[in-house]
Amino acid sequence: MSESDIVLSVSGLRKVFGTQVAVDDMNFELPAGKSLAIVGESGSGKTTVARMIVGLEKPTAGTIIACGRDRSKPSRKGAERKLRGREVQIVFQDPYSSLDPRQTGADLVDEVLRVHHGGSAADRAKRVADLAALVGLDQRQMNAMPKALSGGQRQRVAIARALATDPRVLILDESVAALDVSIQAQVLNVLADIRDQQGISYVLISHDLAVVRQLTDEALVMQRGVVVERGVTSELLDNPQHPYTQLLRASVPGPGWTPQRARERAAAV
Amino acid sequence: MSDLLTVTELTVRLKMDSGMREVITGTSLSIAQGEAMGLVGESGSGKSMTAKAIARLLPDGAETLGSVVFDGVDVLALTGDELREHRSQVAVVFQDPRAHINPVRRIDDFMTESLRTLRDVPKAEATKRAAAVLEEVGIDDPAKRLRQYPHELSGGMLQRVMIATALLSEPRLLLADECTTALDVTTQAEVMAILDDLRRDRGLSMLFITHDLELAGAVCDRTTVMYAGQVVETREARLLHGDPLHPYSAALVDARPDIDSTADRLRAIPGRPLSAFEAPSGCRFATRCSFAQDSCREHDQVITELDGGLVRCERAVELRGKVREGAHV
Repeated sequence: MSESDIVLSVSGLRKVFGTQVAVDDMNFELPAGKSLAIVGESGSGKTTVARMIVGLEKPTAGTIIACGRDRSKPSRKGAERKLRGREVQIVFQDPYSSLDPRQTGADLVDEVLRVHHGGSAADRAKRVADLAALVGLDQRQMNAMPKALSGGQRQRVAIARALATDPRVLILDESVAALDVSIQAQVLNVLADIRDQQGISYVLISHDLAVVRQLTDEALVMQRGVVVERGVTSELLDNPQHPYTQLLRASVPGPGWTPQRARERAAAV
Repeated sequence: MSDLLTVTELTVRLKMDSGMREVITGTSLSIAQGEAMGLVGESGSGKSMTAKAIARLLPDGAETLGSVVFDGVDVLALTGDELREHRSQVAVVFQDPRAHINPVRRIDDFMTESLRTLRDVPKAEATKRAAAVLEEVGIDDPAKRLRQYPHELSGGMLQRVMIATALLSEPRLLLADECTTALDVTTQAEVMAILDDLRRDRGLSMLFITHDLELAGAVCDRTTVMYAGQVVETREARLLHGDPLHPYSAALVDARPDIDSTADRLRAIPGRPLSAFEAPSGCRFATRCSFAQDSCREHDQVITELDGGLVRCERAVELRGKVREGAHV
């Protein structure tokens, strides 16, 4: 694979909070149009990685290169910040707290377009309509305040907003975790369609292994800030090698599943 | 096995700004001694309100029709001391432990309060009992935990404290409302194993409320599925997952991504889940159902017996075995 195909490259990434090492020596490369999952439990450091990639946290060490540009250090220039914002976008977990309650979906997307791309009001309106169609929202829903929308609809607004900059990389930080089962399936289908149409790359942060299997090509498993296993998602889930990955896989309920207490597990080994 | 809890034709209306709104319509279910019943549904299905009605924790101004009978006692008519006694027999564990514990009081204080104030148990004895149940739910060094504050404990640890606290009053029925949803998968497995042990050791009955059909299927004896305030299906838990009777149960199973295989496309259910008060007349699921026909929309659906289960769908017999995969268009 040629170097230009890599849209996001992370090497030696490390983040320390006080005495706590949140992320240690993380490395990965994400090709265009592919999806990478970062899997792990609370406190494993996966969200910290996401926040460093979008620039909400400053790495202690290591480099993050997106679209050929180093974004490991905060930018001093407004133009550079804007450019970084264009290239990598994020959709957060909770659609109830991540949207401005006083702004309609259409206004929200329009504002992003105005800041990043300019253009006439008519051009922007057309682009807003295109984005709404892409995520499956109608005109009425786009013109409604967030409080009038369901969780799934809000999350689609958040996805439309993120896509408005034409990002090359979209970070999905537990973006479907809070949704009802029937809505989650709709949003996952929308995300797959968008990737196929636009060639965008996803970094999916999730603890839900079934969702990870559905949406991603490769996966990293993190435990206490360290990547303990990586590989092609389907192989990793079918045949986990590291004990921690095996434990995660065994903890997913399914037919014939019997929950085991840690003591019994320890006794069985 | 006789039924410990019987809910019959329960309808609940809540007072909202816009007037009374129905959240549960004619719900019936029963739980036997030592049985685990799963209660599955999406937002607005009325599953949490059913639990609240059973524990008599509905908000002020709620109207109830129908009956809830626990161990021969009419729960909806209880007042004063009898109601207090009922609440010690029926314990509830909620989704978010941090929202249900006083952050400025020690674990010891929180756990022993009801024993000290309601049962007049001396402080030292109450603390001893608290330590014993903490050990039962797998917490090491309970004496140390009892001296700590809630913020010093992890979410999984705190949820175990909540379960232990619920056990202190020696309840006969445990209402677990999404009690593992906020936990990591490995912690969820641990908590489920603890609940399983308690059920065996104490003969505890359980109403296990969850949105996760797979989890309910794995740990419950029977599962009840609710949609828009109504029960649409009750069936042996392991059958409900593999051989559902109602199109909605089948659609829920199909909509979940599968950890063992990658689907080309997920079979999403169109539209969004409805609450009882916004549901259409006739079959409430008809607007989202791929099997709906005109007569479904015209008649209110009644619940009938089929293959050892209960199902609320007039086409259930005709669709037997066809509601799962492939049948969806």
